[in-house]
Amino acid sequence: MTQGLPSPGSLQRLAEPRPGPPFASASSPPSRWFPPLLRLPSLPRVPLLGAAGLAVLLAWLVGYPLLLTLVESFHGPSGWTAHWFADFFRRPDEWLALWRSLWISLASVALAAAVGVPLAFIFERADFPGRRFLGAVAALPVALPPLVGVIAFLFLYGESGFVSRAVQALLRLDHAPWRLAGPGAILLVHTYSFYVYFYLFTRAGLARQDAALLEAASSLGAGAARRLWRVTLPLLRASLVTAALLTFMTALASFSAPYLFGGGFRVMPTQILASKLNGDRPMSQVETVMLAAVALVGLWASQGTGAGGAPASGVRGVAPARRRVGAPLTRAAVAAAGYALALVLLLPHLVMALISLVPAGTWIAEPFPPVLNFRNYAQLGDREHLRPIVNSLWMATAATAAAAALGLAAALAAVAARRRAGQPGGRLPGRLAGRLGSRLAGRLGSMLGSRLGGALETLVGLPWAIPGTVFAIALATTFSVDAPWLGRFVLIGTPVLLPLSYLVRSLPLTGRAALAGLRGMDPALAEAAAALGAGRLRTLRRVTLPQLRPALAAGAGLAFITALGDFVTSIVLYTYDTRPISIEILANVQLQDLGMGAVYGVLLMAGSAVAFLLWSPAEGR
Amino acid sequence: MSPPYLLLDRLAKTFGAAGARAGAGAGPGTAGDRARPVLDGLTLAVDRGEVVALLGPSGSGKTTALRLIAGFETPDPGGGRVLVEGQDVTGLPPARRNFGMVFQHYALFPHLTVGENVAFGLEARRLDRGQVRARVAAALALVDLPGFERRRVGEISGGQQQRVALARALAPEPRVLLLDEPLSNLDPALRERTRRELRRAIRRVGITTLLVTHEQEEAFYLGDRVAVLEGGVLHQAGTPGELYDRPATRFVATFVGRASVLPGIFEGDGDGGNGRVRLRLDGPATAAAAVAADGPGAAGSTATGPGAGGTAAGDVAWPGVAAEPLAAGEAVELVVRPEALALVPAGTAGALAGRVVERRYAGPVTYYQVELAGAGLEIEVAAGAGAAAPGDEVAVAPAAAALAGAAGATGAAGRIFRSAPRGQA
Repeated sequence: MTQGLPSPGSLQRLAEPRPGPPFASASSPPSRWFPPLLRLPSLPRVPLLGAAGLAVLLAWLVGYPLLLTLVESFHGPSGWTAHWFADFFRRPDEWLALWRSLWISLASVALAAAVGVPLAFIFERADFPGRRFLGAVAALPVALPPLVGVIAFLFLYGESGFVSRAVQALLRLDHAPWRLAGPGAILLVHTYSFYVYFYLFTRAGLARQDAALLEAASSLGAGAARRLWRVTLPLLRASLVTAALLTFMTALASFSAPYLFGGGFRVMPTQILASKLNGDRPMSQVETVMLAAVALVGLWASQGTGAGGAPASGVRGVAPARRRVGAPLTRAAVAAAGYALALVLLLPHLVMALISLVPAGTWIAEPFPPVLNFRNYAQLGDREHLRPIVNSLWMATAATAAAAALGLAAALAAVAARRRAGQPGGRLPGRLAGRLGSRLAGRLGSMLGSRLGGALETLVGLPWAIPGTVFAIALATTFSVDAPWLGRFVLIGTPVLLPLSYLVRSLPLTGRAALAGLRGMDPALAEAAAALGAGRLRTLRRVTLPQLRPALAAGAGLAFITALGDFVTSIVLYTYDTRPISIEILANVQLQDLGMGAVYGVLLMAGSAVAFLLWSPAEGR
Repeated sequence: MSPPYLLLDRLAKTFGAAGARAGAGAGPGTAGDRARPVLDGLTLAVDRGEVVALLGPSGSGKTTALRLIAGFETPDPGGGRVLVEGQDVTGLPPARRNFGMVFQHYALFPHLTVGENVAFGLEARRLDRGQVRARVAAALALVDLPGFERRRVGEISGGQQQRVALARALAPEPRVLLLDEPLSNLDPALRERTRRELRRAIRRVGITTLLVTHEQEEAFYLGDRVAVLEGGVLHQAGTPGELYDRPATRFVATFVGRASVLPGIFEGDGDGGNGRVRLRLDGPATAAAAVAADGPGAAGSTATGPGAGGTAAGDVAWPGVAAEPLAAGEAVELVVRPEALALVPAGTAGALAGRVVERRYAGPVTYYQVELAGAGLEIEVAAGAGAAAPGDEVAVAPAAAALAGAAGATGAAGRIFRSAPRGQA
């Protein structure tokens, strides 16, 4: 007998059919709810009804408040009416605020691109002393919470700001050289805050490009300018459009800069808050609907510009090598410019740290604070001063955890539903499939599965497309009425509403991260687990989740940072007991206790930076 | 004699710190120096319309040579020139050399259609739209892809992408065509077919072509001449027949085609030409083995057996042709082709005893791996399908046809080279 072959007896045993499904007991009948074709080894069994239930939950959290706001904006004391909309368009300050929101957002995109794209090229394509350090510093604004950044700008470039006073002294002027107010100030803050989107996305796009494409263009006679225009920039289109969309949406929803610097120059978010504070609830709802409409139009317009992804090149190669700046004088100049830029970018952080050391009432008119100590930090030992920090931490943590769980569940369900939609056979429950007939059941199930997957993805991503103020108003509208049979509960004034708003706003970050992670997973891994006898849940726990961990961590990290520093929804929904750090900063600034406000700002910056460092992927080059 | 159309004149390239200091006289071995000489004085002349294949294993410098010609790398200071029709193009940027290049992974612009890709090189020529359209159509017709203008790059197959890349390189009518491993991305069946189409297209255009490959069969099929590189050095440039029948160096002899290497002592008149090698198969210090030359990594000899002690074969001397001037009594290696050997009856005078350890059927010929008795060496013999079976005791001798100087044969068992120092292949 040849060695290595199994014995005839064992071969015969292998050939015998096994009784029943692998994991069922000998007495249980085969399941009629899950025909063999539906057994996807990669994901747990998510029945169609379960995925539908998840979609209903997300629709209630995300879509329902928006829908209610839209409905109530058409509802007056005597029933349906377009009166409020007519009123909106009759009032010049209303449509003026909308127009201002639009052009400020577009201008923010242009200015952010003008700064961020060249910076990305410099740091990705050139090599000079300090490139790595300066390249990391250039991304600093991403870890600066919005309100903190605005206040830091006030300290730096306001009429009494350090830089203003320095320039005034240098030029021996009688007054401050400029006034930080109006659209110019808003655009300055936006440029500083948003160029980093273009910078990061463009750098990532450049790092992915294949050097062979540029060499091919070169071999075909294209000079540097033509290579840039005809090859590099077109290949960056997806990155640029994504950055532009992100900048547009964020600028449209921007609240801190218009609130502090706008003055009489109102944009829609500040107009909404003003209407709400004035008790003009119907107008605030109309304004909310109009702002949401502009955001959705912007999102729709971007869909046709190729933001969905870079064209497949089918080329595997390395990015172009960085060009070393050779001449010593040029290298010195570039390095000096880089460090000067780093200083400018670091100034907001440094100034917040400085102001946090200024005790209340000690800095009146001097150009520089005369007293610096840690007295403000010592006040954090006081329970009342600690409360906003505790509030922000628990609300951000709870919201992030819930958003991570919900986002992951929605992503799993969406992917599973779409996969089943692509399979033959029925995916409806057996009895229903039997009544309808297998063919009809197949078509119906396929349509439902595909639609359900799409619905889940849309609901998870929708909050990203809608300005934060809009959601805040929508949630306040929905959860200010006690009508449980309509899915409405009185949550306003409770500790639940603010973290709920954070959860909704965090869903796109966690859900899309989970979706991207799932789509990037090699399906062979789960198949290998199944072949080794792992059931669906074990495969999820031991294979799928560990693979998803980096993506989920990145999404959760960003969600935590966003929730921790949130101001836009907080200012609409907070109560005294739930006031987060951002509201406390604003309150201290309004009370002229700048030092204490800066302390909270420093803590917020530190918390964001720690979260960013813990959860962001390391730089590859 | 007219000057060559394309001349590579002592091209040299070193990667690393010493590359920049090469002109200043910093030699190898400088403390802290991490220089890697990749190309060492390559000189090669190519005639107009000629196709020359640069063949060599990985790291031989062939791709670096191609990139130097294209202008994507610059030679070391004082490290040679590239001349086309007598014009020194070494200092010109790639965009101004008018060389067409097909990249290993094609480098097709993914955001452009097939037609736009092919038209890319024509954009700077100030042609009107009609002329561009006509040139694109002609280029695509040349590679048998008529009507593909509107297709997207991601929608076509790998073989079609390769042809589009060729059409794009040819459309601007370049002076020289450079091909960097043009078929390496294709599966074997497609590679065979595309190879024929590539040859047909190049011949039809009649353009001076340099192609880089590590596949010997590809080089022999496509090239009028083949230049064999190893370690940045050009070993030999010649027709496939010259390389196979008259290899200039031991490396070429073992890299090109199948060969076995047998150590021995030279017996001859010292002026090169015909001689004999008294075989010494007695230890790993001079051990050699049959080498299959099917691709990269095949160069060099490795001992495949213990080789310690064993039978000294001092009574067996085989004839060969010295590839270089040798002195009698010098340690040499005899490189023999499988078809220059035959399986003969045991006890035949001048034969080496051995045992068949492997038999490989290859159509019209079967290759027999024979372990020589007591020597720890294996040699490869080509014979008929039923000549022997694994485990058979056989004897190996130079084939009668080779010794008798039959048509196409050299009248020798193989080529004789001076033994490589210990540690070198």
